[in-house]
Amino acid sequence: MSKRDILKKRSDLMQLIRAFFYARDVIEVDTPQLSQAATPDVHLHSLSTSVQVPGQAEKQRYYLHTSPEYPMKRLLCEGSGDIFYLGKVFRDDDLSPRHQVEFTMLEWYRLGFDMQNLIDEVVELVNSILANSRPVEQLSFQQAFQKYAGIEDVFSTSAADLQACLKQNQIAEIVGVDTKDKELWQQLVLTEVIEPQLGKEKITVITHFPAKDAALARISEQDSRTAQRFEVFVDAMELANGYYELADAELYQQRFTESLQQRVEYGLPNVPLDKNLIETLKAAPLPDCSGVALGVDRLFMLQQGLLNIEDAVSIPTQQA
Amino acid sequence: MATYSTTDFKGGLKFLMDGQPCSIIENTLVRPGKGQAFNRVKYRNLVTGRVVEKTFKAGEKVDAADVVDIDLQYLYNDGEFWHFMDEASFEQYQASEAAVADIKKWLVEQDTCTVTLFNGDPISVIPPKQITLEVTETDPGLKGDTQGTGGKPATLSTGAVVQVPLFVQIGEKVIVNTEKGEYVSRAK
Repeated sequence: MSKRDILKKRSDLMQLIRAFFYARDVIEVDTPQLSQAATPDVHLHSLSTSVQVPGQAEKQRYYLHTSPEYPMKRLLCEGSGDIFYLGKVFRDDDLSPRHQVEFTMLEWYRLGFDMQNLIDEVVELVNSILANSRPVEQLSFQQAFQKYAGIEDVFSTSAADLQACLKQNQIAEIVGVDTKDKELWQQLVLTEVIEPQLGKEKITVITHFPAKDAALARISEQDSRTAQRFEVFVDAMELANGYYELADAELYQQRFTESLQQRVEYGLPNVPLDKNLIETLKAAPLPDCSGVALGVDRLFMLQQGLLNIEDAVSIPTQQA
Repeated sequence: MATYSTTDFKGGLKFLMDGQPCSIIENTLVRPGKGQAFNRVKYRNLVTGRVVEKTFKAGEKVDAADVVDIDLQYLYNDGEFWHFMDEASFEQYQASEAAVADIKKWLVEQDTCTVTLFNGDPISVIPPKQITLEVTETDPGLKGDTQGTGGKPATLSTGAVVQVPLFVQIGEKVIVNTEKGEYVSRAK
């Protein structure tokens, strides 16, 4: 494919995505990419820059967003109705065939949608874009461990069982993980054993992640060990991540505080919390809604059969 | 001793694993949306030549291996060791059987080879890509076959055996590709 073909097909993809939402009365919002606050999530690393603000002698630090989640939620509280964002986000992470420092994200929120409603819509969007429509496989986190790793109950299994599972699947030796660190061995079974098998000639949706990975998703009413969070995999690649969203300001404050404590434990820098979001949520809680973020560069890779994200973008990070 | 963190990992990096020098062939970062990052590393053990895969938790450290590649002239074999010399400093190095096992049949005195030193000792040797050797033994072949349509085995002065065209005779010098172990042409 020539460079011009790539650019044209990317442009077509953007149009398709926008048309999908316009047809559903979901409006596009271009929220700010700079914010005085950053996400406290320990897995996300924000870039920052300094801005000259009137009345301040010193330049003030502003963070580039890792996703448009907080400003979009403020808009939702203020009565925006259904909205989507299609644009760049920034994450200060290592580059890989699936990662760029700046990448194109599609994020959207649907009022009155529960997790299942939104999963159905994500699948519909993905299938409308991929060359061939694919069947859906939906599993809970626990079922995924049963089906793809032979672990009956991931919540009660031991670190030793998880290591045995890695060995049985002939996964390369792991260096630097404490033999008793169940959480990390569980993560390794997921990334090394399970994920490579997901989304083969289908779209695999994993739901009900452990509550500790809830981020800003609601805890399940039926099983408090799990959160109403889902991830979508196609061709073994994580494509989207969604939640049935928390609504109350208090709960946001609580999750943020937990994340800040975790940052201290992990030796990560402290970040300013989004006070504006908390204030807005206090004035009016988030309307009942579900939201999801989807990697557009990855969707384009899948649509075009590209294996390296660098081939899917106009100019890759390291050449910019 | 110098150490490398997983953030330093890249192709060609030399490090120690179980006391043996290794060279990274491929390093892939695995960063799940949630959870900790890992580096999937494929590397070659420079002593055994074996390719191994391991997954390192991000932030893990490995010791740097003192490994360098230098050009040395091959001098002679004393029956136990193969001797090489730095043509600039005249410093001499001796390589054991293990270091030259795969390529000793391509060692020609005074040829310049690339020698990998680990803590100052040779652990592997790469001979020049093309070398010239004399044919010491081969069937006389058919006179007049100058097309080189057929082939026959020929033993060369170092003991190496390669397929040569029928017209090549004992006492002639031939050029050999050492990577493929193949005859290239007659030497002028």
